[in-house]
Amino acid sequence: MKSFGFSIAKPRSLEIDGESLERLHRLEEKEPSFKRCFNCGGCTATCSAGQFTDFNIRRVHNLYRWGRYQELGEELRKCMLCGKCTLVCPRGVNLRHLIVSMRELLNEL
Amino acid sequence: MKDKKERPGERRTWSLLPKALRPRIEVQTQEERPVVAIIGAGPAGMEAAIQIARQSCQVLLFEANADLALNLQNKYKLFPDMSDAQTLAQGMMLALEHPLITVYRQTPIKHVVQVENFHWQVFTEDNRVFKATAVLLCTGYEVFDARRKEELGYGIYNGVITSLELENMFKQEHISTLTGDSPKRVVFLQCVGSRDEKVGNRYCSKVCCVTAVKQAIELKRMHPETEVYVFYMDLRMWGKGFEEMYRVAQEQYNIRFVRGRISEAAGTFDGGVQIKAEDTLIGKPLKMRTDLLVLMLGMEASCGTKQLAKSCGIVGDYGFAGSLDPHLNDNHTHRKGLFLAGTCKRPMSLTDVIADARSAAMEIINYLSKQ
Ligand code: SF4
Ligand code: SF4
Ligand code: SF4
Repeated sequence: MKSFGFSIAKPRSLEIDGESLERLHRLEEKEPSFKRCFNCGGCTATCSAGQFTDFNIRRVHNLYRWGRYQELGEELRKCMLCGKCTLVCPRGVNLRHLIVSMRELLNEL
Repeated sequence: MKDKKERPGERRTWSLLPKALRPRIEVQTQEERPVVAIIGAGPAGMEAAIQIARQSCQVLLFEANADLALNLQNKYKLFPDMSDAQTLAQGMMLALEHPLITVYRQTPIKHVVQVENFHWQVFTEDNRVFKATAVLLCTGYEVFDARRKEELGYGIYNGVITSLELENMFKQEHISTLTGDSPKRVVFLQCVGSRDEKVGNRYCSKVCCVTAVKQAIELKRMHPETEVYVFYMDLRMWGKGFEEMYRVAQEQYNIRFVRGRISEAAGTFDGGVQIKAEDTLIGKPLKMRTDLLVLMLGMEASCGTKQLAKSCGIVGDYGFAGSLDPHLNDNHTHRKGLFLAGTCKRPMSLTDVIADARSAAMEIINYLSKQ
């Protein structure tokens, strides 16, 4: 059969259900300041890793919020824990500890 | 001294003076007092009436409905201090019981006409005519009719309710889905009927953002187990304490804010609602099932506002009444003696409405003193 290069794609959209939030609650317990994030992007703007790669720490923690863990393991390894993001966050989110906690929780998977 | 109650130095001394030197105390008769007609007895009309009466002017306060301050009475708690709306309404109504204020309930006004300088006539629907020296429009707003956003399914799916209906549930202290269960998930949608070209309203209604935050917190207080999401385009936390309330909503109540506009809602077989939006902060479409979808309704000019603004020739934007200028003459119109206060001009918070009513009262007193 002739191939036209089409295939059936998996749906991209996020389907939100109860279970996917369990790990989010645990992250919020480990680092409660995370709940205060209002997505300003200050952390991403200053991020050392983000200057040289497409690493986007704000996007990373949003993907975690929705339980998109598969996409995160690789990403999180790019962070070098320099802590600049924590210094600039206007809502006082302890991002460095957040990232370490995310890594811990993702390691369980 | 025979009369011990009388304080020395006042009347007794005057009465010793020759008549020509005694201070003249004028008792104004009803006829001599300037009369101000206020149309609409919401918070703006009531507050202005109280302030104007305190300055010894006669006030005629007209209300189309049998009840005063209906929009306010529909509220449960007020942002940002979560004080009780009924207490505030009752307090204002009590202050209305002033000898110089006459309240006409169930008296819709057909039109107002300026006969000459300092002389207006107010015509009621049932063809009575009242004379007034100045007229103040306080005809207020109406909430947007959610049925006009068909794609959001209001009036079609039971799980879709309005912010007004939710407020009523708070008043009854009972939140439930139509099947009587307490909701496991509730989604709020901002900007319904505002900032929307499709319904002809480009403006922001100003209070729905903070109202959603307030309602989300109230919901969490009553049902801590319920998951609460707020879908927004911008969060406009402009007033005193608003931003702090938003932070408390996130931090203490774990309310989740998602940037993106829900553009579709559909009923699910089990009586819930399936919504579609984009999480614009990560750029992914999103589907979610919720027990209740709460539409945060915007403000539009009320029927009375539209009709009177039109007949007086002072129509501003979107059918609201237009003031002379937004800075120094925001209570004035280009008609001498016709003034505006409150949400007949544009969406406003209750705090701003009361301040605006007081400023209108002062402008009117100034105007009357030039008579
Ligand atoms: S700690 Fe990680 S995320 Fe934060 S600025 Fe440094 S590299 Fe970026
Ligand atoms: S700087 Fe802080 S508030 Fe801003 S996006 Fe990063 S974590 Fe969130
Ligand atoms: S106050 Fe908020 S919800 Fe209301 S119209 Fe403005 S931006 Fe939208």
